[in-house]
Amino acid sequence: MTTTVTGLADPAELPGPAGGVRPGGRRRYTARQRRNLRLGLLFISPWILGFLVLVAYPLVYSLGISLFNHTGFRTPEWVGLGNYSRLVQDPLVAISSANTLFYAALAVPIGLVVAVVLALAMNRKVPEVGLYRTALYLPSLVPVFALSFIFIVFVNPSFGLLNQFLALFGVPETNLLGDPTSAKLIIVTMAQLGAGNAALIFLAGLNNIPDSLYEAATVDGAGTLRQFFSITLPLLSPSILFNLVTGVSGALQVFTQAYIVTGGGPNNGTLFYMFHLYNSAFSYAQLGYASALAVVLFGVGMVLALIIYGLSRRFVNYDVTG
Amino acid sequence: MSTAATAPGRRVSLKTQNRVRRTTTGIIARAILIAVSLLFLVPLYWMVITAMKTDEELADFPPSLLPQSWNWSIFGEAVNAFPFWLQFGNSLLVTVLGTVLAVLSSYVVAYGFACIDWPGRDKVFYLVLATIFIPFPVAIIPLFDLFAWLGWVNTLLPLIVPNALGSAFYIFLLRQFLLQASVEAMDAARVDGASEWRICWQVVFPTARGALIAVAIFAAVASWNDFLGPLIYLQDPSVQTLAIGLQSFSTETDTSFNQLMAASTLTVLPMVVLFIFFQRYFVKGLNVGGFR
Repeated sequence: MTTTVTGLADPAELPGPAGGVRPGGRRRYTARQRRNLRLGLLFISPWILGFLVLVAYPLVYSLGISLFNHTGFRTPEWVGLGNYSRLVQDPLVAISSANTLFYAALAVPIGLVVAVVLALAMNRKVPEVGLYRTALYLPSLVPVFALSFIFIVFVNPSFGLLNQFLALFGVPETNLLGDPTSAKLIIVTMAQLGAGNAALIFLAGLNNIPDSLYEAATVDGAGTLRQFFSITLPLLSPSILFNLVTGVSGALQVFTQAYIVTGGGPNNGTLFYMFHLYNSAFSYAQLGYASALAVVLFGVGMVLALIIYGLSRRFVNYDVTG
Repeated sequence: MSTAATAPGRRVSLKTQNRVRRTTTGIIARAILIAVSLLFLVPLYWMVITAMKTDEELADFPPSLLPQSWNWSIFGEAVNAFPFWLQFGNSLLVTVLGTVLAVLSSYVVAYGFACIDWPGRDKVFYLVLATIFIPFPVAIIPLFDLFAWLGWVNTLLPLIVPNALGSAFYIFLLRQFLLQASVEAMDAARVDGASEWRICWQVVFPTARGALIAVAIFAAVASWNDFLGPLIYLQDPSVQTLAIGLQSFSTETDTSFNQLMAASTLTVLPMVVLFIFFQRYFVKGLNVGGFR
């Protein structure tokens, strides 16, 4: 690349033939803008390539292959919307969708509340806050697969700690992974150990709220609760939006925990949507059908993201100025 | 406000009230933090003490909260029970190369979005943001076919190379940081005739250290902890990472829980050390831009 001048007055930028109208009626750019456009696109070219290879191609390919009966061994056979009509009738799709919904409906809101409470507590800036921050973030560093092994040991009826703890409250020895609902609840509980990540993001959001707002509110006689709902929550809304969308997106993909801890059981109780997709593709080699599942997952994910963004226009507040 | 000006007595009481409130909330905050911190540490604690128990002690009911004797040799046994060091090396290779590629490529892209003013830039950036939320599993089948076609299945390449194409979340974080970079320093370098590429690496890069380390930690943890990727691409034990190695180790019939927990402890340890070492930067990196 040769020398460039960006963001500065540049002789080439002066009005003149350089910034003429293009034949197609496209916007007119000055020479500097054109050069910056070239440079900018050059700098972001890794992302453009990534978008094409890792996002656009997979989407188009999934859409296409979902119209075929594709096993990866024989020549794909055109089935039109067959995979989609099969999907609608597949009882495992209904079960795994319900399981995923159950998981998302519990894990995401609980996770947000836990994370906000932890962030508010850390924001009190007690002197040893660094200690808590480390302790609370540590489980986020533990790979889900390792955490899954720990939980297998943890909930084991004969030598796990959890049953012993429950016994204190008179709960009889039970195999918590033996019941579809309690197995799902165990996986929801596991997810809460990742709250440290969201809590740190909330903490960063809290740090951006100017103290002067609270001082003014106190002088005006607003109580702690009132301050929380009138100042903290609205100004924290961008972080809430971020954590909500990543939380929902993550919940739609829940897989590893179930794969290791329960293998999808008992009685398909922890067969989550992503697990069913994985099984269809890599255990049963039904790549066409699995692609249809993937396309539906993508659609649901996008619709949910759009709904959340739509709602966020009403409640997300970007007006904070530090 | 007006009350405070006209009635000093009320102002004092307000201050006292405020102080009392602050102390109470301080106590509550501390109680919550201590309780949840302990709760969060319990699984890790259980992992370590389960590892250090002997087979006989593991069978005891109720389980002991501390091992009767610390069985350190379990780590040696666990490491020898499956190709631990080989798979540790694979994990390390994937993590180090993947992290370096992810950080550098995301940085260059973030520079393009933050420091060069080109028409249409912000619209394209919205597209970057949108891709953060696309569920990755949508891509597993097409990418598997792509990597199979390239002959990359059963190699570490599918876990390393895509990192060179930047990651939307890291681009987002770094852009937030670079938007605050000194425009004066960049413009001064431009006047001196430095190329954009040189400014990117010699003027701005050194100032972005904190954010780069934060992103590096994110990327390292994501690589080290990845399960689905290795599960799909790596079938041959000699190329598997610890994620899959541990999984197959756990399903072997003669695997004892103490060995599994010992191996898990060794897997978790590098990330914990990394975090404690760089914690300062990490927290600072998260603070950048406040997640707008």
